Amino acid sequence: MLIFEQSHQGRASNAQLPSDADIPSSLPADALRTTKPTLPEVSEMQVVRHYTRLSQKNFSIDTHFYPLGSCTMKYNPRACNTLASLAEFTGRHPLGPSLHGQGFLECMYELQSMLKEVTGMQAVSLSPAAGAQGEFAGVAMIKAYHDQRNDTERCEILVPDAAHGTNPASAVMCGYKVREIPTGKNGDVDLAALKEAVGPQTAGIMLTNPSTLGVFDRKIKDIADTVHKAGGLLYYDGANLNAILGKVRPGDMGFDVIHMNLHKTFSTPHGGGGPGAGPVGVSERLKPYLPVPMVGKKDGQFVLLDENDYPQSIGRMSAFAGNAGVLLRAYIYAKMLGREGMSRVAEFATLNANYMLKRLMDVGYEAAYPDRRATHEFILTLKKQAKELNVTAMDVAKRLLDYDFHAPTTYFPLLIAECLLIEPTETEAKETLDGFIDTMETILHEAKTDGAMLKAAPYSLPVRRLDDVKAVKQLDVVWKKQGQGEK
Amino acid sequence: MPFIPHSEQDIQQMLEVIGADSIDDLFDEIPANLRCAELTAIPSGMNEMEVTRLLRGRAAQDGLPLCFLGAGAYEHHIPAAVWEITTRGEFYSAYTPYQAEASQGTLQLLYEFQTMMASLMGMDVSNASLYDGASALAEAVLMAVRANRKSKSRKILMPCTVNPIYRKVTEAIVKNQDIELIDVPFDPVTGQTDLAALAEFSGDDYAALVIPQPNFFGALDHVDAMTAWAADNKVLSVAVVNPMAMALLKPPGEWAEIGVDIVCGEGQPLGAPLASGGPYFGFMCCKQQHVRQMPGRIIGRTTDLDGKQGFTLTLQAREQHIRRSKATSNICTNQGLLVTAASIYMSLLGPEGLKKVALNSHKNCQALVQRLAQIDGVDVVFNGPTFHECVLQLNTDAQQVIDDLAQQHDILGGFNLSLDYSALNNCILVCATETRTLDDIERFAITLDGLLNK
Repeated sequence: MLIFEQSHQGRASNAQLPSDADIPSSLPADALRTTKPTLPEVSEMQVVRHYTRLSQKNFSIDTHFYPLGSCTMKYNPRACNTLASLAEFTGRHPLGPSLHGQGFLECMYELQSMLKEVTGMQAVSLSPAAGAQGEFAGVAMIKAYHDQRNDTERCEILVPDAAHGTNPASAVMCGYKVREIPTGKNGDVDLAALKEAVGPQTAGIMLTNPSTLGVFDRKIKDIADTVHKAGGLLYYDGANLNAILGKVRPGDMGFDVIHMNLHKTFSTPHGGGGPGAGPVGVSERLKPYLPVPMVGKKDGQFVLLDENDYPQSIGRMSAFAGNAGVLLRAYIYAKMLGREGMSRVAEFATLNANYMLKRLMDVGYEAAYPDRRATHEFILTLKKQAKELNVTAMDVAKRLLDYDFHAPTTYFPLLIAECLLIEPTETEAKETLDGFIDTMETILHEAKTDGAMLKAAPYSLPVRRLDDVKAVKQLDVVWKKQGQGEK
Repeated sequence: MPFIPHSEQDIQQMLEVIGADSIDDLFDEIPANLRCAELTAIPSGMNEMEVTRLLRGRAAQDGLPLCFLGAGAYEHHIPAAVWEITTRGEFYSAYTPYQAEASQGTLQLLYEFQTMMASLMGMDVSNASLYDGASALAEAVLMAVRANRKSKSRKILMPCTVNPIYRKVTEAIVKNQDIELIDVPFDPVTGQTDLAALAEFSGDDYAALVIPQPNFFGALDHVDAMTAWAADNKVLSVAVVNPMAMALLKPPGEWAEIGVDIVCGEGQPLGAPLASGGPYFGFMCCKQQHVRQMPGRIIGRTTDLDGKQGFTLTLQAREQHIRRSKATSNICTNQGLLVTAASIYMSLLGPEGLKKVALNSHKNCQALVQRLAQIDGVDVVFNGPTFHECVLQLNTDAQQVIDDLAQQHDILGGFNLSLDYSALNNCILVCATETRTLDDIERFAITLDGLLNK
């Protein structure tokens, strides 16, 4: 039942109401609202019960194994939330003086330094609100760099075909054309095709390494040299940073600019679709263009640096300083990990992924790249099952829900047919992985014996498979009271 | 090992299955010359007790000053239930609801949120959030350029009464697509957009006009006249509004009776704490005819195999994970958790409660301005009606006064406007919400009087 369907005229959460007030004459009548908005009229307990019960219809990390590839669904330590929610932190006005923010700003200053170190970049700005905004900022910096040198013929950004959809979308938002680079048979970028593609029109390339195919591109130095020689810059998509934390640094691989997804690698909550945080790091030559504000130190005081300090900055991405509360959670997590903990993240994420890959192959699944090491994630392809048993990756994903496991990422990356992208993360115990693998074995057996049953899974969730076509064709995105009529 | 459950035995068993001698062997595809040394510049880890001590100390340094500062972020009372429920693990630690059957909680909540926002704004449809108010305005501008098929223009009329930071953010986000923002000046008497100056743009081709309500000076702007002007000139209208004010003021869907095309704004007043500027959330609503040009996630109601009601991501053909370079925006992760808080906040307050919060904020600001205007050296700058902010001129260096109030008296006395508006020398923007009392106002007034009239 929707919250609106529980509404009774005149009912309210009375403890929340401020005192009565008459409308003063200072407000002109024609500026006032005359219609009542569709907000529920319910008691406080009804609200608490309604949203608590809704929450129980979700899978989450706190309740389920959630091996959603490319999303790094690791445990979100509760201390990060508790400490970021201290009254002085949540009560701090973003435009308040730095005097009333020395504690907060020092945390941000240290976070910048730690992220700089762990990525091997020369400077970091924390302000982008999520990965896609970090990508935008990164490509905008590449553009600002070329423009500054009057190198204005560079109109193209290269993007491997395995890239996240945000990469080409971000490049277009910066005014670039996108050119796709194919992937070779072994999962690495097709170097010959890249060499063909680069030229005086190349502004840069956007790469994820390890790629979304779950393998580390071994020719990364050749890629970097090829693009740099053509005058382009290298952008690192930090979506998969969890795989290499403390092992290899994007700065050392030759990247000029990177973004990090702190809601992935640094364990801030995914919140049902955000908020994230997408800080950007740069090499020396892109420093002047970093988005503001950043945190600096002047005369022993921590201060926000702005356009006056960075006159060539690409500007501001949000009204204040990005998703500050998310950054604070990432800082607390980083402090708890320390340098040893950061390397362990990559080690155990990789151990878990390789263990799962081996065992899933042993029970009969086909790996997309069986001869490669898994990184922190790997891909299974169900093209054989789709052809022989008419059971698809989607069917397996939906059946997993019945067994109380969140599904892996399905049908991404687009170039692997019938794929499941599986990322266990380092925070899962062996017995959880074993339980998932046993279930996958069971589902494979079901596929062989009762494929039709899988086509209609799941059976045990609040709803069964939904009609997505109807959702588009009979678009219903806003509830209307019966009799209110269609608009 | 913090947050890693493996025992030594687990590790050995797992390596055996893999057929590797050590964990380090698993990294053997990374060229050896790229492997990094120990990250000595990063300190060793802390346990929870140690990090708690550190953070409590840092928080104590920042204090909790008495706040009369707004300028885009507002201190409202947030009911305890809002974040108690929002931080339940099932909301807090879930992700984007790609698997609809396992995400009905988040999906239904987002559908309810869309309903509340669309209704509060008087619009047909709403998306499920953008990053914040400023970047939402940038997205609204991009959307307007796409949606205005009658215009080939890439010029946007942007009143100077729109929050200067929003104008900067919009500029930074849209400039690489050759979109130009044209200033529309304000009336120095009323603090509203100068309608005569706007009229001079008539007849030329523009993609959109931005209309703030209330505007950055706290003033109620000429929303009906501006909306009508836009329609007459075949220019799309983009409202940027404070959602709290819309519980009291005429919503954009009703401006000039025809309503605006697109509405966006900052959702922070609806249940998000100030928190140094984020996370907040941007919102966006529009007329039905523009829905396919809207950026961000949209949730639709549909039915399942048994004909039962359910909720799912819809119109995904607009989005980057499907359309890639042809998407309406690059946005992926948005501000889901903040929308969760906002939905609970709006449900707790209800239509009457939200209106009372808005009204009490307005009343308190009136009381603040009346009291401060009694002080020698303080003048009210504009004569138009305001919501919960107001511009005052001081007879001395405004920045010095703001600094003294903060450093010596623990009061955030307002926002210095002179940096962004050369005509508003020594002017400050002050704010009061429902959380300020008459005692608070008196304390501010006495302190300010003391500073100005030593």
